[in-house]
Amino acid sequence: MVDSLTYTPQITLEFKIGEKDFFVAGECASRVKKTLQQLGLKQDVIKRIAIIIYEAAMNVAIHATSGMVTVHVEPDAITIRTDDVGAGIEDIDLAMKEGYSTATYEIREMGFGAGMGLSNIKQCSDDLKIESKVGVGTTLNAKVYFQDQARQADG
Amino acid sequence: MNTYFHSVTLDTDKCKGCTNCIKRCPVEAIRVRDGKAVIVEERCIDCGECIRECPNHAKIAVTDSLAKLSEYKYNIALPAPSFFGQFKEQVNIEDVLYAFRGIGFDEVFEVALAAEIVGHSVHEFLTEYKGKRPIFSSACPAVLRLMQIKYPDLLDQVAPFLTPMEVAARIAKEQASRKTGIPYEEIGAFFISPCPAKVTEMRNPMTTKHSAVNGVIGVNLIYKDIIRHLGDRTTNGGPDKLQRATKFGMAWGYVTGESRNIAAATTLAVGGIHNVISLLEEIERGELKDVDFVEVQACTGGCVGGPLNIQNLFVGRIRLRDLIKRFGTREAYFTEADLQEIYRQNRFAATEPVEPRAIMTLDEDVSRALMKMERLDQITDELPGLDCGACGSPSCRALAEDIIRGIAFETDCVIKLREKVKILAEEILDLARIVPPSMSDNSKKGDVGRED
Repeated sequence: MVDSLTYTPQITLEFKIGEKDFFVAGECASRVKKTLQQLGLKQDVIKRIAIIIYEAAMNVAIHATSGMVTVHVEPDAITIRTDDVGAGIEDIDLAMKEGYSTATYEIREMGFGAGMGLSNIKQCSDDLKIESKVGVGTTLNAKVYFQDQARQADG
Repeated sequence: MNTYFHSVTLDTDKCKGCTNCIKRCPVEAIRVRDGKAVIVEERCIDCGECIRECPNHAKIAVTDSLAKLSEYKYNIALPAPSFFGQFKEQVNIEDVLYAFRGIGFDEVFEVALAAEIVGHSVHEFLTEYKGKRPIFSSACPAVLRLMQIKYPDLLDQVAPFLTPMEVAARIAKEQASRKTGIPYEEIGAFFISPCPAKVTEMRNPMTTKHSAVNGVIGVNLIYKDIIRHLGDRTTNGGPDKLQRATKFGMAWGYVTGESRNIAAATTLAVGGIHNVISLLEEIERGELKDVDFVEVQACTGGCVGGPLNIQNLFVGRIRLRDLIKRFGTREAYFTEADLQEIYRQNRFAATEPVEPRAIMTLDEDVSRALMKMERLDQITDELPGLDCGACGSPSCRALAEDIIRGIAFETDCVIKLREKVKILAEEILDLARIVPPSMSDNSKKGDVGRED
């Protein structure tokens, strides 16, 4: 039997992302969106989460050779984690700047890699951790709380 | 909303309880229970897909009848653009328009004419609009209802204008009231509809508080009467020309017609609810931002493909095109200045935003919803994944959802039931093989005895 006092319901969704697999990034975001709609989350929270997932998955597709997006939903918050194998980020602070991009010309031609990804993610997350090793890969951890008065207060 | 009205209903006598409709419904709104289809009212978007699909013609659309004309002093018919594609080649538009007078209407106003106004307004709106793209057409109520329940994120991209049906009713009633002196409220406007969703739209409008349309009559109900009066123009018709719409409005009868009104923009036109769904999925994922306007129609081919129409959609479309070729190039009734004025005054702008309807939610409480979701995933994994529909739910996932919602059981699944029966049968067999201790030593004797 499950102990009702310590048991917290949770679900995990996982998506594999290959190199330059731009299509799957959009698909992750819309799959998670559907799930969150069924859970009855507020529209604006869902929107923020969808942006994080889309941008984070896109980053994996653009910059890494392979990676994984793991979405973990708990009753009060959602964690979005990406783990990738790839180039890594040299200067994380610089990478967070709006408009800063290391995407190739080819990728920019396709309309991606405008340098807004990480700053968008930061704006939408309540908590964001990025760890990276050049030439090895990057791990991103973003958290969004479903109820957050503090966030609402500062708009 | 408990009083939510639907046009699409079931003729219980005709329903044989097959599972064709449940598999085809784009919002999984139908279940088969006790040998009959049951429409889940709050989910149904009135797209009419089940009407087309049902081999027993058990799905019907409830529309108003001509009897309702007696409730008003003065009656105006508002034929949909696609209506004119329902007749044989030699028929011309005037014949059809005059026939409405023959069957009891005092006047006829082409919805195509109102479509020209809406087309112009959307065009003007798009030249000034700086927000998220693409903008969606607001003309098809079934698509809007689909967006309400499945794509709420996209609702703020719906063109903020009334539908041509609504605009037609308003203009026609105002004009008639001015002309005859009869008060606006005593004038009836009746939309002649290829589409069940328009009935629902009249009763529960999405972009306005109150619809100006007083009744929606299905093309299927009125067609024979119109045919009978097609010769009226020559026998008792006056000299005045009734046709006022041009090719721009008339073309709204088929898919692409609407987007052609929006000249200075990148447009995309899609017909068929399942095609619309895949397009909306794509747009929801953030694609197609370079498209300005999307014409989205629930019926394949657009309104000519409406489930209440008489002609096959391809026949209807070619006939309508032919009519447009023959009668579509006339002088526009509304001048460019008129249209501009209407747009500036915001006369036919939507007054209500299209609101999301969160009916897919598993539970009001997130924690409980999450618990149900866990269970839902678990049950889905245990189901065979055949999506056969024999349980009465459209797919295994839908059955799992129904189980969670407490309206179905795991043993509704025939495969699951079979497994259970198998386990039970094996248990019975095992039990049958157990020899009572009193006999277990005498097994050889027993064998001998049997050979005798």
